[in-house]
Amino acid sequence: MDRLKHLNQKKILLGIFVLIGILPLAVRNINFHNILILFVVFASLGEAWNIITGFTGQTSFGHAAFFGIGAYTSTVLLYRYGVNPWIGMFLGGIIAAIVAAAVSYPCFKLKGHYFAIATLAIAEIIQQIFVSWEYVEGATGISLPIMDESLLNFQFHPLNKLPYFYIVYIMFGLVLVIAYWIENSKMGFYLKAIRESHEAAESIGINTTRYKLYAMMASAFLTALFGTFYAQYFLYIDPFMVFALPVSMKIVLLTVLGGLGSLYGPIIGAAVLIPLSEYTRINLGGTGKGVDLIIFGLLVVIVACYQPNGIVGFFEKVRRRSRGKGVVDYGKSDACG
Amino acid sequence: MLLQVIASGILMGFIYALVAVGLTLVWGVMDIINFAHGEFLMLSMYTAFWMYSLFSIDPLLSLPVATALIFLMGFITYKIIIKRVIDAPGLTALLATFGLSLFLRNMAQFLWSPNYRFINETIVGDKKLVLGPIVLGMPQVVASVGSILMTTAVFYFITKTRTGRAIQATALDKDTARLMGINTEKIYAVTFGIAGACVGVAGALMSTFFPTHPESGALYSLLAFVIVALGGFGNIMGALYGGIIIGLAEALGGFYLGTQFKYAVVFLIYLIVIQVRPKGLFGW
Repeated sequence: MDRLKHLNQKKILLGIFVLIGILPLAVRNINFHNILILFVVFASLGEAWNIITGFTGQTSFGHAAFFGIGAYTSTVLLYRYGVNPWIGMFLGGIIAAIVAAAVSYPCFKLKGHYFAIATLAIAEIIQQIFVSWEYVEGATGISLPIMDESLLNFQFHPLNKLPYFYIVYIMFGLVLVIAYWIENSKMGFYLKAIRESHEAAESIGINTTRYKLYAMMASAFLTALFGTFYAQYFLYIDPFMVFALPVSMKIVLLTVLGGLGSLYGPIIGAAVLIPLSEYTRINLGGTGKGVDLIIFGLLVVIVACYQPNGIVGFFEKVRRRSRGKGVVDYGKSDACG
Repeated sequence: MLLQVIASGILMGFIYALVAVGLTLVWGVMDIINFAHGEFLMLSMYTAFWMYSLFSIDPLLSLPVATALIFLMGFITYKIIIKRVIDAPGLTALLATFGLSLFLRNMAQFLWSPNYRFINETIVGDKKLVLGPIVLGMPQVVASVGSILMTTAVFYFITKTRTGRAIQATALDKDTARLMGINTEKIYAVTFGIAGACVGVAGALMSTFFPTHPESGALYSLLAFVIVALGGFGNIMGALYGGIIIGLAEALGGFYLGTQFKYAVVFLIYLIVIQVRPKGLFGW
């Protein structure tokens, strides 16, 4: 039964992945491609965030810090030294993982909300440093040097979005595989044990700090990769764009909305939120009156009130009712401790 | 000069404390992170502004109106939204309050434009309070005295009155409180209302010297989160001391390192303190 469930999950995930890959070929519209790219970016960020919060139960409100570090590492290396962005991307991931380890290690003794607020404080400090750091052009931000269109240069014509899509699509696949592997490996069970009960996990001999650290580093590394992609895609970054609290919150929101602790969660959440916010922004945002965000906020409240387990929770309920068995409790645990 | 900085830091600290008291109450009693707290503050500032510009009522006189209005808003928010998410897993309540904050902030922008609004001539207006070498703006002094009064009032309400004790009991153990005959539903709604009243007072007082705009609550709610965690969740006295510490840290950090670093100093102090006291200064 359990193996069957895994097999199904694998098939469904693969199906979703293939479907997403076909979409941009089926609908050839530049706006649609743009939304699709953002969708894949945020779904991946949600998957990465899910590793530390969904699986491990350590709520992070500071993932914008790792996203920004990824974006800035590759961009500064390219801008100052002409280092290839692919190398920058990898280095950014490593730096983000190191920073994550350094700043979160002392915070792991904090429980629940205290940890969440600490991550928020760390991200704010890092943002302030980048705002006033002249070497990285401070609040002005950096415009990336324009280079020839090629995969090696990680740059394409702004109107040609397909290459960008397939790059981020492959990165998304990588994140899915890693998240799937973590969830179903021994480490994944350790992480879930920590989520369910910190004390119980310790009592059966799990080194909770070490596994929380691994989860945080993996999450930060993956998050940073998409920071680089974001910079290469928009060819401009500033601290308010990549380090700001709204970036962290967007990741939190879409994952919780989709379903915390489930691999489907971030994909569903991003599939709902990103097109919603982009289409309302395109159609209603031009007035400068924030109508798009009024609708967006309202919908978020409604989903939270009527689907407290996220959209995945809704599907599970339907499935359970139709089969009368196979109960899976996604995100049932209290991530805030 | 240093004395001046310290004095104005402490004055700001009392106002921060009042904003944080509202947040810490909700947090302590319901275990909910209210991301819309800053937006309640913003709405209180707008209330004071519109009372002033439409009916030329001074913010200090319209303060009871703003307080009552935001109390009611908190009460209704609980009844309509929070009630449904209070027993939901972990982060759902956060999702709801964050959605609400987006809604309120952009609604304010839609209705009243993103322009900065000022209240120019108030009773406390351009007056100054001179204490030896220290010169303090009257609006700030009045605002912090008002904040101290409100914080004290809330403290006494929670510790001395019957409803206050019921709130404490509900915070400790909801189920047992219900067995003792406490209407926990009502207690939750009242707590949310009181949290609203705190920012209602703070907002009306702040509107005399801060510009009112849709984003004006955002920064204070961020600071309030840090103050609440610094003091210990659910601890009113902790919020008061936390507020003063953060007010001072902001003023001194801005003075010595430059204004661009003042919030970095605030967050850094928080991170250092929780290394020694993982549950905040007064948390248990």
